[in-house]
Formats: sequence, C-alpha cells, structure tokens
Amino acid sequence: MVTEIKAGSRTDKSGNSVLRGGAASFFLSPATIIIIIFLVIPAFWTIYLGITNYRLTGFSAVDPEIIGLENFKRALSDPAFFNSLKVTFIFTIGSAILGQAVLGFFLAWILFGLSKRIRSTVEIIVIAAWMVPSSVVSFLWIAFLNGDVGTLNAILGSQTRWLIEYPLESIIVFNIWRGTAFSMLLFAAAVASIPKSHLEVARVAGASRGQQLRTIVLPAIRPYILTDILLITLWTFNDFGPYLITSGGPGQETELLAIFVYNNALRFLDFGYASSIAAIMLLINLILSLIVITTGRKRSK
Amino acid sequence: MKNPFRADMEKSSSERITSALFVVIVSLFFLLPIAWLFLAPFDGQPTYRLKLSDPSFNNFREMSQNPYAYRSLLNSAIFSAGTGLVIILIGAPAAYVLSRVKFKGRDVFLYFLLLFSSVVSGSAAMVPLFLLALRFNILDTYHGVIFILAGGLLPAAIFILKDFTDSLPRSYEESAKIFGASSYRILKDIVAPVIRPGLAVIFVWAFVQSWGNFLIPFIIIRDINKQPAAVMMYSFYTEAGDAVIRTVAAFGFLYTIPVLLMYFYVNRKYGFRFYGGIKG
Amino acid sequence: MKSFTHSGAKGLIGKRELNRPDLPTFRKRVSMKQRTRSSVAIGLALALAIGVTSITPASANSVGAACAKADQKAKVGKVNVICKQAGSKLVWTDTRVRTVEIAANAIPGGKNSQTASWINNFVIPKFTLASAQKGQQVKVNFVPKGIDDNAFKTQLALDLSAKRGADIINLDGFWIAEFADANYIKPLETVLGKKTVNAWDGWSQMPKSIQGVMSYDGKLFGTPSGTDGRIIYYNKKLFADAGLPTDWQPKSWAEILTAAQTLKTKLPSDTVPFQLNAGAGMGEATAMQGFLNFIAGAGSLIYDTKSKKWQGNTKAVRDMLTFYNEVYNVKKVGNSEWQKLAGEAGRNASFEAFSKGKLAMMIEGDYMWRGVINPATGNYKMADRDTNVGFARIPSQTAGSGVGKQNFVSYSGGGGYVVNPNTANKATTWDLLKFMNSEEAILAFMSIGNSVRITQRADVNAVTLTSDPCLKFVFEKAIPVTFFRPPSADYNAVSTLLQKATAEIVQGSSVAQVAADYETALKALVGADKVTSN
Repeated sequence: MVTEIKAGSRTDKSGNSVLRGGAASFFLSPATIIIIIFLVIPAFWTIYLGITNYRLTGFSAVDPEIIGLENFKRALSDPAFFNSLKVTFIFTIGSAILGQAVLGFFLAWILFGLSKRIRSTVEIIVIAAWMVPSSVVSFLWIAFLNGDVGTLNAILGSQTRWLIEYPLESIIVFNIWRGTAFSMLLFAAAVASIPKSHLEVARVAGASRGQQLRTIVLPAIRPYILTDILLITLWTFNDFGPYLITSGGPGQETELLAIFVYNNALRFLDFGYASSIAAIMLLINLILSLIVITTGRKRSK
Repeated sequence: MKNPFRADMEKSSSERITSALFVVIVSLFFLLPIAWLFLAPFDGQPTYRLKLSDPSFNNFREMSQNPYAYRSLLNSAIFSAGTGLVIILIGAPAAYVLSRVKFKGRDVFLYFLLLFSSVVSGSAAMVPLFLLALRFNILDTYHGVIFILAGGLLPAAIFILKDFTDSLPRSYEESAKIFGASSYRILKDIVAPVIRPGLAVIFVWAFVQSWGNFLIPFIIIRDINKQPAAVMMYSFYTEAGDAVIRTVAAFGFLYTIPVLLMYFYVNRKYGFRFYGGIKG
Repeated sequence: MKSFTHSGAKGLIGKRELNRPDLPTFRKRVSMKQRTRSSVAIGLALALAIGVTSITPASANSVGAACAKADQKAKVGKVNVICKQAGSKLVWTDTRVRTVEIAANAIPGGKNSQTASWINNFVIPKFTLASAQKGQQVKVNFVPKGIDDNAFKTQLALDLSAKRGADIINLDGFWIAEFADANYIKPLETVLGKKTVNAWDGWSQMPKSIQGVMSYDGKLFGTPSGTDGRIIYYNKKLFADAGLPTDWQPKSWAEILTAAQTLKTKLPSDTVPFQLNAGAGMGEATAMQGFLNFIAGAGSLIYDTKSKKWQGNTKAVRDMLTFYNEVYNVKKVGNSEWQKLAGEAGRNASFEAFSKGKLAMMIEGDYMWRGVINPATGNYKMADRDTNVGFARIPSQTAGSGVGKQNFVSYSGGGGYVVNPNTANKATTWDLLKFMNSEEAILAFMSIGNSVRITQRADVNAVTLTSDPCLKFVFEKAIPVTFFRPPSADYNAVSTLLQKATAEIVQGSSVAQVAADYETALKALVGADKVTSN
C-alpha cells in the first residue's frame, strides 16, 4: 500500500502543516525538560570533568584542578587505552556489522518466506536472547562456555576453556547472540515494506533469489540498512555487557572502552581520566555516525 | 495477512534445504545458552552443566530466605514500568512534533542527543548524575531513578517513534484540523491509536532496558527496600565473590520471566515490530 | 431507648437522624434531680482520689519531689525528659528517639553474612536495650548490602562527598588514606573530641599494631575490626610422601623453591607443588598473598612514606619478578592456568585443589583457614584440616634481607568502623561504636560465625586464640613482622600494574622487559618524580 502526501496541503506561516506553535511546544516541553536536566547537563558535566584531574577520593576530590588536555595526552600515551580501542573496534566490527546486521538480515529474509508458525517460534527464541537481563545472560554464557561442563564443550566433545583461550571471539559471538534480535526485527519491517510487485517482476524475468536480493531487495531497504548499522554500531561500541562475563580479561584482552572507563571510574576512582575517555568515545561515535550517514548519502546519488 | 511471497515463489528443493538448515542451526544457537535457565533453577544440585538430575524447588526456597528478594523484583517492576510510561507519554508527543515540524538541523539535533545518551549511560557520568540528583533532592527515590533512566532512553525512543509517525499519512490529521480538532485531540484520537503497536514496542524496549539496569539504581538508591533485582542479584554471591549457583539460578529465573511474559503479551496483541518509515 | 439502639449504626448515618426526636427528648428527660446526683457523685470520687493518694506511702509522693529535685541538680534538659520510677530508682527517660545508622557491605545469607547477622541479631537489640536502661531511646538502622567491594567504596565516597551517609561506616583499612585526603573522614579525636575518645577504657586492650589498620599519618580514624596475616600453608601428608619434614619452616626463597621441586619430582603429576597468586584476576589477593611479601622480603616497601616514592624498576621488584619466573617458567612448580582465570575462578580453583590434597603449598591469609577449608563451614571443606595442615612464616629473600632486617614477612589487612564527620548524633554514635568494640560484642560476633579470628581486643584474643593453632600462630608469629598496604590513593592503580606484571611473567615474558614496562606505566600513572629506580 503506497501512501502519498497530498500535494498542496494547507500549511501555516512556518510551513508546518498541522501543528500550531503552541501545541508543538506543549508536546515538546516535558521531553525537553527531562532531556536537558538528565541528559544534556550530565553529558556536558562529564565532558567537563574530562579536562580536570578530578578523583572521587584523595586530594583531587576536594581540590580538583582544570588540567586542560592533560588527560587526553595521557590517553594517547597509554598502551592500555590503545589496547582498549583496538579491542572495541574488533568487537564492534565483528559482532555488530558483520554479525548482528548480517545475521539479522538473513533471518528476516529467510523467515519471511516461511510459515507464520515457524517464523513466530524462531523470532521468539531470538528475541528471548535479547530480553534476558544482563546479569542473568552473563551467567548463562559463563555456564555455556565453561571449560569442564559447559554445554558447548559437551556438544563439541572438547575441554576448551573458551573464555581464557578465545576470549575476544567468545564475546563477539556472545554479542551477536545478544543483539541480533533488533536487526532482525528492523529488517523484517524492511522486507515487508518492499512492494510485492517488484519482486514479482524479477521472478518472472527469471532472476534467481540471489539476484533478486542484490538488485531489488538491498537497494530498496537501503535506509533501513543505514539506520540499523548506525544504531547497532553506536550501541555496540559503547557496550559494557561483556564485563560481566570476562571482567575485561584475561589480562586486558577483552577490555572494551566502556569497561576501561568503568575500571578507571569504579576501581581507581579516577573520574577525570575516565571522563576524558568517555569524551573520546563520544568523538569516535560522532565520526562513526558521520561515516555511516555520508556513505549512505553518497551511494544514493 | 498472508505472506505475499509464499504463494508466488517456487522454491527449489536446494533452497528449501538451505533455508531449513539455516533456521535449525540458528535456532539452536539461540536456544542452547538459554536452556540452562530453564533447567538449573529446578535442579537441587545445579552446576554449570546443562542437566536436571535432582528436580526440586529447593533453590527457590533458599532464595526466599533473603528477605529482600521478592521486594526487589517488585522494585524492578516499578522502575521499569515507570520509565516505560514516562517514555511513551513524553516521547510520543515529542516524536510527533519532530516528525511534523521541520526545522533546520532537526536531524542533526536528534543525532547529537543520541550520542549524548551514550555518554550518560556510561560509568563516567556517575558523579554528575549523583550530584544532580542530590541538587534536585531526588536521591534514594523511585522517581529519581525513573527520570534519569528516561533521560538516557528518550533520544533513541524518539528516534524510533519518529520513524513510526513519519510513516503516518498526514491526510487524516489535516482533515481533523479542518474540522477544528485541537492538536492534542489529533494526537490522542488519530495518531496514537495508529502507532499503538509502536508505542507498545517502545514501552517494552524501555522496560527491558530499565529492568536490567544496574548502574543508575546503584548510584541513586541506598534504601534496601527500594533496591531493584539488578542490584540484589549480587547479594547472592558469597563472601569470596563466588556465585552461589543455587540461589543465583533461582533468582535469575524469576528475574527473567516477567520480561519474557511481557514480550509474549505484546507480541500477541500488537505484533512486535520496529516498523520504520513505510515510505512511499 | 429501644428504638435508638435498634437503629444502630445505620440509623446514625442517614439523613433521618437529623430529625430524630429521641435525642432532644432524652436530654429533656434528665431532671435537675439527676443532675445534682451526678455532680455529688463526681465530687465524692474526686475527694476519694485525693484522699487516697495522700494516704499512700511516702515514697509515691516523694517520687514527684525527688524527680523535681534531682532534675534541678542534674540540670537535665527538661523539655524532653520524663521522670519515672523504676523499682526503687528514679530513671529519666529522654523521650527523643536518637537514630543511628550503620553501613557495611554485608547482607544476611550472602556477603559478609556473619557481620550482617551480628549487627541484626546482637548489636541492635542489645544496644537498644542497654540504652533504654540508661534512659535513652535509640533506633539503630542497618542497611544491608551485597555488592562488589569497589562498588561499595564508590557509593560511600559519593555519599560522603555530599555530606550524607550512615553514622557508622565500615571501611577497609587501606581506603582510609584516600578518604582522609578527600576530607571525607576525619580522625576520631577531631570528630568526637580528644577527651571523649581517650576516656574509653577499651583502648588499653587494643594493640597498637592492630590500631595501625585504621591509622593514617599518625592519626587514628576509627576502630579496627581485628586483622589478619599471611603465612604459607602446606599439606603435611604430601610433604611426608615427598620426604620433606612435616614441621617445615623455610628460611629463604631458595628453600621454598627447593621444596617445591622435590614435591614436583616425588608427587603425582596432577598435584601442584606451589600456588603463588599472580595475575589480575585475583586482584588484591595477588598483592597481599603474592608480590607485596616478596618485594618486602627483598628489602624495600612498595611505597616509601617518607620520600613519597613508589618502587619502579628496582632490585626489589626485579627480584620479586624473578621469583615468579622461577616458580612458573623455570622450575614450573605452579599452575599457570589458574592465574589466568577471570575474577575469583583461579583463586577458588587453588582453594579447591588444596582442600582435596592436590596442592601442596600455598601462601594465603588466615581467611583460608577460617573460612575456606574450615571442615565445618568452609566453602571448600577440608576434613583433615586440623591434623594435616602445617603453617610456616613467609621468609625474606635470605635471612635478614627483609625490610627492617626482618627474617620473615607478612602483610595484614583488615577494616573497621569510622564515624561520619557529618553525623547528627555524636554521643549516641560513639556509644554504639564503643559497644560494638566491647568484649561482649566481639565474643558474640565470633560465636555467630562459629569460628575464631584475630580480633582487635587482646583480652578476647587471649581466650579465644589458644584453641586455634593456626590463628595463634598468625597472631604470635606473623603479626609481629607484618606490614600494611601503603596509605596512598594511588595504591589501587599501582597494585593493578604489578598484578599485570606478574601476569606477564606467567605468560613467559622476560623479567627485564616486564620490569621496564612496569616502570614506564608507573611513571605515566604517578609522575616520573615519584618513582624510584635502581
């Protein structure tokens, strides 16, 4: 069903077709208030802390000084920070872009062609993985990957201590498992929105499923792909979940940036440094978003 | 609504087999780790192994000895439902406005809010959030936690809800306007019913995010009677930091079931979809 | 009358009631005569009462007088005080309710359960009762918690920074320095007044070495809750099987290594000779049971309080790393796997192995004896603990090479309770704290856990430790040579660097490289001017 926006609809002076100014501000104000107080102010405050040497205990707690870019310089010469950066990029690319998005799409695509019952069942299972609370989920995976009696080893007949020998791979797989549901749902809506006629034409013209995929489906759901990649990249990059499984270890092999921040904040109570890392993460998020958005715009030309 | 593809497409048997194989393997992949959650809590002597060798309810009994266990689940429900409600009551109108009103830099503005929300949900924001809550005198309160959680989730919620409202044809609203309906009535009677599935999904999403959130209650709440399950989970660990598998499994089960049930309900009633811009 | 009662409550509520003729009629019916009668009756009753009270024994009358007199004498605040007779004594009860709150990372049935039970079942009821007998009403709140220690510390810091929080706070001893530097806590004398603090007789029972747990910069910040010490535990049977003496006491690091090698040769291959905590998974356990003892044994303390400098790439640090290298790479007498596990897994694996006789020696705190391999209540019960486990002191590198020319070393931790400088209720808070440190209270604590530990009172120790050979050994042999962790806010981060260094040794890196890397990281952390090298 194709909907069209009526051409020549009545608009008021500001070009808004339906809402009047008063109503608009009324609708927006509660959200604005909450966002300003509980989002914008703390965010800026945190970034501000990044240029101080504030700590939660010690002398710098009562007497924090503004040290400008010192924290950032420290980060740039901190091997732990670079390790964390590397780990997080691998984690994000591996589990979000290559994992969740791809798996989510194929799930949506293949399930779309199956019976409703099968589809519901599989979807329920995939979504359940997404819904289980973090502290429980980490427990489930510690059990699943346990070296002695874990389910995975029971199936493979091995005794591998996954979390010690393949920690990064383990948390990548874990994160794919955890987050695919969102992509699957989003792509399900995407696939459902493709006009049936287009695919019909392609099929009649003799195109294989693979070709249909490439020539019709993917271009049609382009905006969805972008939205999905954008959101899950941001979410995964900032993800803290794996901490509950590996504590960032062994050593620092799975110390994601969010965990690195957590360690500096909660263990060393060094909030100045932790905040500077958070600010750097914000910057990286910004760059990543820009990349995704501009890639999107370029291709459509 | 019948799947428009099924009747039309002829699948080759190889396609059928690959599809089937894919579905089975993926389903197993998602199912196996969860399976433990449905067996171990009911096993009298649970280990990390997937088994049910000694069926009993002992773990639940032992867990109940903690006088705050059940209360914490109730608290989680209060925080999560509260946050969910705030999100849809406040986020939906905001999404509607942002969808209908085009101002310069609107999209950029939304993206920035999205980026800020990731800063605020990290550990570094702990101190600012605490001091803010102190200043507004909402420390150790239910609404304090709800507002902070809502603040962090609103940008993403608005982002997704805006997609829903974008896909809504304006013709209805314009007709209503001609007939003199106020914006509020338009929102309530025309827009909301149509995007109700979206509202339900966002409510569940916000609920689930809040349900599992440890950090904010940890920063804000001190009274043990207000402590949510996410924090209470850790009191089932021993002095050595060892998880007592029996009680953790039982509590984990009770902690998980509500969100699963909620999903089932919403799925049955509305279908669980992140409908996004059904664009013309 | 009948109809009045017949209608009952229902009639009273309805509108009809307003028009009921009964009530006015009833009034009218009372005659002057009846009124006079009732007045006389009342008057007689009054007279009787007055008469009776005046005839009663003199003491009753004098209660009022005595109270008034004593009130004036004691100059008690009259507003909130009630004077009552309790038996033959006069008791003033302050009607104000004083509330005191205790914060500790303890929850019944979970973390530090013994502490939580003690507070709920002994401290609160007993103290409330004792206060009532003194004429004070108190309400003691305890907020149970069962979270990660670092998380607890963060919550405390947040609360104290906002000048909130409980009145009595349980702090780990080595947090004192950073909390004090941040002005979150103040010395006990500052908060309560020098006279008040010194007036307590409990101090005479508290050894100065144990007071050190809660001290910083020469000042005492709170009352310690006992302490602990580190020793080498060994399995006598395995030693006998390998031909080693069962009353073993090594006098140098070399002797430990030799014994370990003998064990490795003579015992089955699934038995680990020696557990030396390493790596970041075990956190502070790697420090307290591991490298700190060996840096001190090599002659230096990790942090020099006079010069305020940390040990960087120094001989002591390199010697410590070399010892780790000998254990894990050269002689291979340890289990490298355990050191790589995340969280508590590695430590628990070593506990389990020792309890099952699959680990011959390990360095641990007395917590292991009391709480881990305790045959009755331990997490990894060891049935033959009392007959089969020997203890030895941790030797210095060689005789006399330890800090202060010590032959042996140990490290002690422990925590205690401080008084929140922002408390609204200093007097009651101090009373409660004194009570919690009384002989009675400490004995009660130990009886709840059904196990003995080294407490902060010598009188209690003298009685209880005689029955426990291990704790007696620790108290008599290890505590006198013990050290405490550096009182510096940076300690946590430095400790993590060293944990990482030991992890790298276990992975096989060279001592020279690891020491150099450690120093680089240390300098980045605290500043190059706070690092010693040699």
